Amino acid sequence: MDNYGPYDPSVDYSPGPATREVGPEGDKIKPWKPLHMSRRNFLRGVVCSGTVIASAGFLFSTTSAARADARAVERMITLTVNGKTHRLDVPPNETLATTIRYRLGLTGTKIGCNQAECGACTVMSGGTTIYSCSTLTHRVRDSEIVTVEGIASPDGTLHPVQQAFIDELGPQCGFCTPGQVVAAVALLNKTPKPTVEQARMAMSGNLCRCGAYDHYLRGVMKAAEKV
Amino acid sequence: MTDVMHNFELYQPASLADAQELLGDHDDAWIIAGGKDSLDWFKHRVKQPSVLVDIAAIPELHGIREEADGGLYIGAMTTLTEVAESDLVNARFPALAMAASKVASPQIRNAGTLGGNVAQDTRCTYYRDGFPCYRAGGNTCYANTPTAMNREHTLFEASRCVAVTPSDTGVALAALGATFHIQGRRRDREVSADEFFIGPDVDIERMTSLEHRDILLGIRVPGTWAGAHQYFEKVADRNAWDFALVNIAMAARMEGGAIAEVSMVCGAVQCTPRRLTDVESLIVGETPGEELETLVKRVASSGAKPLNYNHFKIPLMENLAARAVRSLV
Repeated sequence: MDNYGPYDPSVDYSPGPATREVGPEGDKIKPWKPLHMSRRNFLRGVVCSGTVIASAGFLFSTTSAARADARAVERMITLTVNGKTHRLDVPPNETLATTIRYRLGLTGTKIGCNQAECGACTVMSGGTTIYSCSTLTHRVRDSEIVTVEGIASPDGTLHPVQQAFIDELGPQCGFCTPGQVVAAVALLNKTPKPTVEQARMAMSGNLCRCGAYDHYLRGVMKAAEKV
Repeated sequence: MTDVMHNFELYQPASLADAQELLGDHDDAWIIAGGKDSLDWFKHRVKQPSVLVDIAAIPELHGIREEADGGLYIGAMTTLTEVAESDLVNARFPALAMAASKVASPQIRNAGTLGGNVAQDTRCTYYRDGFPCYRAGGNTCYANTPTAMNREHTLFEASRCVAVTPSDTGVALAALGATFHIQGRRRDREVSADEFFIGPDVDIERMTSLEHRDILLGIRVPGTWAGAHQYFEKVADRNAWDFALVNIAMAARMEGGAIAEVSMVCGAVQCTPRRLTDVESLIVGETPGEELETLVKRVASSGAKPLNYNHFKIPLMENLAARAVRSLV
C-alpha cells in the first residue's frame, strides 16, 4: 500500500512520472501525486455518484411539515407484491414504480417515460394493468400487485407468454419487455382466446422503441394457444 | 422531463362529508381521482398543491345505476374501462361506451375515471409546459403568435386563449344531453354540459364550472337518447394514447327514412364541446344520402377561424359530420 506525504511545494506535481530525490526514508514516504484520471475512471465515478444521488432523491424525500394532521394517510403501509406482504414506510408522494424498484428491489419493472405514456412500468393491480409510474403507492396499498417477477412460476418455469416472446424474438433492446409481458398476461387471464384485434388493443398501451410490435403480437397469439 | 413529485399531504377520506371538511380546511387542496393527469402536473412541477384529497375510497362515487326514465347515473369515480365494458352503457348509450374506449391507452382507462376525463385540464403544450399564459394567470397567449405551433388548437370562440377541450367522453355526454351532478359547499346542483364546460370568455383559468370545494359526484345521462342510433368517431395522430384532433358524437332518431331528431357535438375544435346547431337544423326532416352529406359539409364548420397550423381541422370536421350522417343510411 502506498503512503503519501503532505503537500511539498518543491515538487513538480504535473502528471507523469515524478522525479524526486530518494532520501534515507524515501522508500516509506512518497509525495502526493495526482491520480491519472482516465476517461474510464472518470465515467465510472460519475455514473456511481449519479446513481447514488438519483436514488437518494427518490428514497429520502420527506414530507415537509411534521405531520400535524392525524387525518392524513399513515406512512407505514402494508403492500402485497407477488403474493408477499411487505411492511413499508412510504411517503405520500411516492409512486408505485419507485416503491417496487427502490424499496423492494424488484427492478424488473422499468421506468421509461415516468408519465403514463410508454408502458414499461406496467404492473397488475387486482388483475387489471396499470402504469405503476403514475400511481401513488398509497392508492393501491390494499390491492394485490403482480410485477413481471411474479409471472413465471416459483420453480423458474416461464409463463407461456414469456416463452412465446422468446420464441418470436419479441425483445430487441428489452426495455419494454417487462411491461409487454405483464400486459399480455393480464389480457390472457381475462380473455384466454383473444382475437388479433383484441390483442392489439390490449397491447396498445405499451410502446416499443425498437418497433417489434408484430413480434410481440405474434407472441401473444402463440401464447394464447398454450394457456 | 419529469421529476420526483413535490411533498404533499395525502388524505383518503371515506365519506363525502370528510372530503368536504378537508376541502374547507385547505385552500389549495387538489382533488385526485384516477391521478393520470394530476401526477403529470406534479412531476413537471407546474402545479404544486400542498394537500391532495384522494376521493377513491368514497363509495357513492363508484358504479353505474339505472334511472327510472331509462337513463343511467354514472358515478364520477367509475373507471373508463368500466364505462366502456358496461352492458348497460353499451345497450343504451353506445356512443359513450365508444368514447370511453377510445380514451388514451388500456392502462390509463383502467385507472382513469369518467369524472376525471370530463374535468381534465386542456392539453395546450405551452400551458402544460408552465408558460405564464392567460390560462396560467399571465397576460399573453403563446400558442397564437405568428411562429407558434398551434395545429392542435381552436377553430371557434377563441377569447385570448386558444386551447381546446381534450375530453372524448365529454363530447359524447354533451350529445346525449347528460347533466353533471356536483356537490358544492352549501348545496348540490346539477348542470347541463353547456354550463359545465366553460370557455375562456367565462373564466380563462378553468375548463369547467367546478370551483374550489366542488366535488363532481356523478353524471346523469337521461333516457332521451337511450337505444337511439348513436355515432362516435375520434381522429388523432396515434390510435392509442393520443388526444383527439377532432372527435364527433351524434345521437339521432329516424322516422320513415327521414331524420326526426338529432344531436351532434364536435370536440377539440373549441374550448368546450361544440354543438353543431347549423347541421342539426339542416338535417332534421331530411333523408340521409350523398346530397345531404354535401350540404352538411358546407355548414359544419361555418364560422371557423383557423390559426396558422390548424386549417386541416376544417375539412376534418366537415368530413366527420358527413360520416356521422352517413351512418344513418
